[in-house]
Amino acid sequence: MCVTKKKVIAKILKNEILVDNVYKMVVKSEELIFDFKPGQFVNLYSKDKSMLLPRPISVCEIDEENKEITLVFMVVGKGTEEFSRLRENDEVYLMAFLGNGFDLECEGENIIVGGGVGTPPLLELAKRLKGNNKIFLGFRKDVYLIDEFKKYGEVYVATEDGEHGEKGNVIDLMNKYVEKADRIYSCGPKGMLKAVKEYAANNKIEAYLSLEERMGCGFGACVGCAVKIKEDNDKGYKNKKVCVDGPVFKACEVMFDE
Amino acid sequence: MSNLGFNIAGVEFKNPVMTASGTFGSVGKEFEQFIDLSSLGAIVVKGISLDPWDGNNSPRIAETYGGMINSVGLQNDGVDNFIKNDMKFLQKHDTNIIVNIAGKTVDEYKEVARRLNDTDIDMIELNISCPNVKEGGVAFGTNALMAESITKEVKSVTNKPLIVKLSPNVTDITEIARAVENGGADCISMINTLIGMKIDIHRRKPVLFNKIGGLSGPAIKPVAIRMVHQVSKTVKIPIIGMGGIMNGEDAIEFIMAGATGVAVGTANLINPTATMDVLDGIKKYMNDYNITDLSSIRGIID
Repeated sequence: MCVTKKKVIAKILKNEILVDNVYKMVVKSEELIFDFKPGQFVNLYSKDKSMLLPRPISVCEIDEENKEITLVFMVVGKGTEEFSRLRENDEVYLMAFLGNGFDLECEGENIIVGGGVGTPPLLELAKRLKGNNKIFLGFRKDVYLIDEFKKYGEVYVATEDGEHGEKGNVIDLMNKYVEKADRIYSCGPKGMLKAVKEYAANNKIEAYLSLEERMGCGFGACVGCAVKIKEDNDKGYKNKKVCVDGPVFKACEVMFDE
Repeated sequence: MSNLGFNIAGVEFKNPVMTASGTFGSVGKEFEQFIDLSSLGAIVVKGISLDPWDGNNSPRIAETYGGMINSVGLQNDGVDNFIKNDMKFLQKHDTNIIVNIAGKTVDEYKEVARRLNDTDIDMIELNISCPNVKEGGVAFGTNALMAESITKEVKSVTNKPLIVKLSPNVTDITEIARAVENGGADCISMINTLIGMKIDIHRRKPVLFNKIGGLSGPAIKPVAIRMVHQVSKTVKIPIIGMGGIMNGEDAIEFIMAGATGVAVGTANLINPTATMDVLDGIKKYMNDYNITDLSSIRGIID
């Protein structure tokens, strides 16, 4: 058996609130195999048996040497609420690392576009990309991880009311500040990803999108998280699984429901 | 030495633990890195139709209290793709291969069964109980006359032993069980999912795109146990029991209710080693109670 991912018990090293409803948790497990690509995610499992399904959480940062994973997540329901209450030295069941990741080959001008809680997985990506990074981050109101992103490129921030950064959205910022780009990497809400796909097509830039869909298992068993991906067949597409075929797909292949 | 084995219609099973169709990837590839697939009693392949099916739109999954609702809709690449690409993978493993077949018409079911005749699969599971396809599926499984008729028709074209998977979404499941037995079924598997629904009260919308889906997981186990018990007292053919099996004790409960084999479904999605944990749990129970053969506790509940 070739074991590349495992369900293990991880220890909580830290769990702190970043802004309202958004938590930064650092977990550690010696049992994990750190063959990690930015864009991959982990499954966290609730201790409450009434909540059967794991919660997929994107990986924000990795410390391979110390076998530590930083997860940034938003409380959206009972499961994530339980995780927000975990404290130092508590334990959590975790499966890692799941899904594919971003292609890191680009050496030119990289555009990184994050929206809300889609922002965290782009931090490890920004760290590992070669070339120059311009990072565009959009938030509804509260902003987070800005200083961390600043270590790895020029950061531009947009919020709905303009209290932080500029008023507007990431596409407004890109229209204003991007002169040249070789590749775009993006993660965030569907509306933003659609706009990024359109921007990339209009400007003939290769783009990668990290998608989100309701998942059952997170490792391809239930076929619950299907998305339409262009394919050269009679229909012109195939239903693919976000959890194993994604979450990262080429933007030009993603068919958003219009 | 405990005896976990049994025979259904000439097919030898080394142990009673199988996978429930649709909860083990398409053919189990995703689980190869977690368990030794040869340790299973059988791999039950995800529903296969004549032509490739897209399945339903997302969201397809909703968690409920102690369960989940799905409306995947039998997404699959079709029987020819299965024979060409998936059989090789399955044949590598020393376990029985059971193929769940689906169709929109009786002729489609028959054609899928026919195309599997020349393969090395061990049994066919006739899916007349999926609540997530508009045509075929559950429509055949909720009417006794239709259930008997489709069983007969498929039986007439297949050279494989036939399992018929029953829907719990009926008034009297024993009536359907009797019908498929009359139709020539060699075995019954039960239960498929219960039709359910979940509403997001904040968005004021159903969670699933399809609105309704199939409820599975421990939440449905008591219903499944009751139905296996009722059907085991009604028919002579063996039953593969499923519905919320999470551990060995759950499996023993099904066996005492009358099941010959058991299938693990939703638990696979939460714990990829669930099948092996169930098998270990069965062995532990047998050891604890000094049971040497599972047949000594099978169907012991009156």
